[in-house]
Amino acid sequence: MSGATRPPEELVRLPGHAMATALHAREVSSRELTEAHLAVAERQNPALNAWLTLDRDGALAAADEADRRLAAAGSEAGAAGTAGAPGIGDLHPLFGLPVALKDLVSMAGGQCTAGSRILSGYVAPYDAHITERLRALGAVILGKTNMDEFAMGSSTEHSAFGPTANPWALGRVPGGSSGGSATAVAAYHAPFSIGTDTGGSIRQPAALTGIVGLKPTYGRVSRYGIVAFASSLDQIGPFGRDVRDAAALLHAVAGRDARDSTSAPIPVPDELLALPDDEKAAGSLRGKRLGLPREYFVAGMEPGVEARVREAVAALEAAGATVEEVSLPHTDYGLATYYIVAPAEASANLARYDGIRYGPRRGEGDTLGNYLRTRGEGFGAEVKRRIMLGTYALSAGYYDAYYLKAQKVRTLIKADFDTLFDAGFDALVAPTSPTVAFPFGARMADPVSMYLSDACTLPVNMAGLPGLSIPCGLSDGLPVGLQLIGPAWSELELFRLGRGYEAITADADWRRLEPAELVLADDPATPSPMERVAAGAAR
Amino acid sequence: MTVSGTAPAAAGAEALERYEPVIGIEVHCRLRTASKMFCACSADFDGAAPNSHVCPVCLGLPGALPVINRRAVELVLATGLAIEASVPPATRWDRKNYFYPDLPKGYQISQYDLPLASDGRLTVETPAGPFTIRIRRAHLEEDTARLIHATRQDGRSVSLVDYNRSGAPLMEIVTEPDLRTAEQARRYAEELQLLLRTIGASDADMERGQLRVEANVSLRPHGEEAFGTRVEIKNMNSFRSVERAIGTEIERQAAALDAGEAIVQQTRGWDETRGATYVMRVKESSDDYRYFPEPDLPPLHVDATWLDGIRAGLTELPAARRQRYRDALGLSSYDAAVIVADPDATGLFETTLAAAGGLEPRTVSTWVAGEYLGLRNRSGTPIAVDPADLAHLVRQVADGAISRANGREILALHVATGESAAGLIAARGLRQISDAGAVGAAADDVLAANPQAVADFRAGKQQAVGFLVGQVMKATRGQANAAIARAALLERLETGV
Repeated sequence: MSGATRPPEELVRLPGHAMATALHAREVSSRELTEAHLAVAERQNPALNAWLTLDRDGALAAADEADRRLAAAGSEAGAAGTAGAPGIGDLHPLFGLPVALKDLVSMAGGQCTAGSRILSGYVAPYDAHITERLRALGAVILGKTNMDEFAMGSSTEHSAFGPTANPWALGRVPGGSSGGSATAVAAYHAPFSIGTDTGGSIRQPAALTGIVGLKPTYGRVSRYGIVAFASSLDQIGPFGRDVRDAAALLHAVAGRDARDSTSAPIPVPDELLALPDDEKAAGSLRGKRLGLPREYFVAGMEPGVEARVREAVAALEAAGATVEEVSLPHTDYGLATYYIVAPAEASANLARYDGIRYGPRRGEGDTLGNYLRTRGEGFGAEVKRRIMLGTYALSAGYYDAYYLKAQKVRTLIKADFDTLFDAGFDALVAPTSPTVAFPFGARMADPVSMYLSDACTLPVNMAGLPGLSIPCGLSDGLPVGLQLIGPAWSELELFRLGRGYEAITADADWRRLEPAELVLADDPATPSPMERVAAGAAR
Repeated sequence: MTVSGTAPAAAGAEALERYEPVIGIEVHCRLRTASKMFCACSADFDGAAPNSHVCPVCLGLPGALPVINRRAVELVLATGLAIEASVPPATRWDRKNYFYPDLPKGYQISQYDLPLASDGRLTVETPAGPFTIRIRRAHLEEDTARLIHATRQDGRSVSLVDYNRSGAPLMEIVTEPDLRTAEQARRYAEELQLLLRTIGASDADMERGQLRVEANVSLRPHGEEAFGTRVEIKNMNSFRSVERAIGTEIERQAAALDAGEAIVQQTRGWDETRGATYVMRVKESSDDYRYFPEPDLPPLHVDATWLDGIRAGLTELPAARRQRYRDALGLSSYDAAVIVADPDATGLFETTLAAAGGLEPRTVSTWVAGEYLGLRNRSGTPIAVDPADLAHLVRQVADGAISRANGREILALHVATGESAAGLIAARGLRQISDAGAVGAAADDVLAANPQAVADFRAGKQQAVGFLVGQVMKATRGQANAAIARAALLERLETGV
């Protein structure tokens, strides 16, 4: 083992696929990799609050098991004529590597709070489908990450366990709701993490923390074992620091699962693990037909964000892609319809949190009294707001005007996309978020300003399409995300485009920068996000 | 089930002179599936330890998702075909939202506006002739958990939840308000139970909660078209209580209307021991269940091939079977109804008929409807009759080899001992005496011993001969051929010997 020759700080900065290569070559062990990531995560978590739980013992046990398998495979490979035994070449790129799970992914024996007080004390008795998959291919699950309560939010400030800080600027949000998973990857606590995206909850934090995040096609990844927010919109997806890593994690978790009736029997292409190298990837952009939806350059978009996105578009054109301005005429209705459909489904999905079977039960009175106190104390303000919105929208006399109408508009939004893809566009290019990371508290007083964070992402959920966010530079020293939207099941094509963009910008100065305040995060004297928010509120 | 039962037929009868009752019936029945509606847990949980048939799905744990039980869908489709309902080409599930501790998800997965079957009908035969009830819909949903209210050792009362029943497949069948009497309601429920059992959709045992009947009852003056305020009645645990509860409710409402009181919309429970209904819940406004399409389940397409396969698998339905028994086999309406109403009797009738080649079906049916069911109902438990033995017995009686009375006795012995009918007949020496000489000798003895009866006959009382035949039978331990005995007696009486 030559892992000792690489200091932990260097190890964790390797791309995931490079860690896999080193692991398979037995230059480093899974335990060394796991220890290195745990050390960084444990040191920085007070300042970042990315993790709700770090499972050191479980992770090291999984790492040791991976090392045992690797040793066995290595000796098999050394012995001549042993057919049938799995060799190193059969190992998945996730094998033996650390992964972070958003704290709404069920993991048998582990807590699963979904960022809510109402689930504190709940221990999941079963594995989510994706947890099973990750365990089966030998990945090392480090722990569970912070999130907006029940994935409702765009800043991770709605977590019952305090906000997560953005490693680029500790006084700012990492986006949300999967802010913990995004920060964990951006800050090198893990090369891979899992998020969920109902209206932008993977893509927007990926953009705000400068990493890659994919919201897959609805039905691509099984939702079995994932705490539900809005069932018809929720999708599970990967974060990685580059396109290859995100694609490898998608490959690990995607595919049909009979326990989720909405998961699709669409094959998962193995090419996700063989994305082209820089030269090939850059060349593949030639002839691609991309659409630039004019409605996504919304009022309130920061000039720096628009500038970076337009520069990225120019770079793609320079590499041989054609970019045409297009229209998605029903985009304006996206936010309004989303905030009917998602809360309506959430109002039912969250009805089970009644204090009867799990979570703290409050009240000593009649059943109704218990419900009111348990739910009144267990849910945060944003969750209550959405439960009320959804309950109202489904009420007798309002159903047709709100929910039914919203579903019809949803069909129109989807038709907008279909029209363009039917016309031959390979993908659409758009900003992921209209702004860069905003300071703690900036949007907490005005829910609609928070909702507008997702104006460019949630139509994609409404249409059930895949959307990829990749970094495309900085504005005022903060990351900007470029969104690529494709037709259903086109994840591989989106990743190839993303690889192409990575290739043509490989030499860009901003690619060599890492999150500016990681040094501060290392400092035990740095205030926690909770302390920052409290101080901000006091000002 | 007794088709002939006339039990409390008078229930509510007096009120019927002034008001017309309008009754609709809602039935929930547990479907006969191996697993639950949306998970792989076994549905065979009757008598199991509490919470031993549970998983993340039927416990409603965070992240769990439902998967449709195909067999349950097929059983509802079969029911739909059997009640001549229409089946939509695509159906879906909806969430019915309400809070209750027996509902783990806070919503029930049910069907709202696209039920698996709609616009069906069921025809029920009664002594007063058949009547047809329109069935509005039959849909598929999941059952709730069971609440158990108990007192702890420290005296504190607690409610416990047993999730074994949670997620069991339930079919809800709702009629139009077509019923007009309590008896009709009972007969409808009985016929529906028979239908469900016949097609194998449900065991439909009311006492085990597999068939739950609820009634909506309102009254209106004769000739009035508008419905009165309706009252829902629950907790009727037998067919008898269905009829009694509805009859009692009709009387209660009639009395209230007579007194000028308004009927309050409410749910009432039936108290079997008190023979009265009581208020369970007053509905001030209609519940808002906030139904919306279940996003976790894609719409279900019912293609013609699937439906055809289910149709091909349907057994003969009770109505068709009754008609065949009457029209093709010549059974009396009574025998046909009684046999078809009882699956065991139906089975015995069919197999005996097959074993008894050449016997008149009508001859066999009287044995099944009369002797067999009589024995079975007296024993209170299922009894075993070998069709070949019954066929032998019926033939022996039909041929006059043994008397009907002895045949009845042999059947009882066969049931009790399991021995063959032929063996029992031989062992008991019960061969019928048809020899004119032997019977004539017995007749002579009887006439000599009963001078008063002889005198009565000669004074014109023809029925005295019946008494004398009985005496001949008694003297021969039932072995005499009754017809020959009668002929011998008449011959002697009329010739004055």
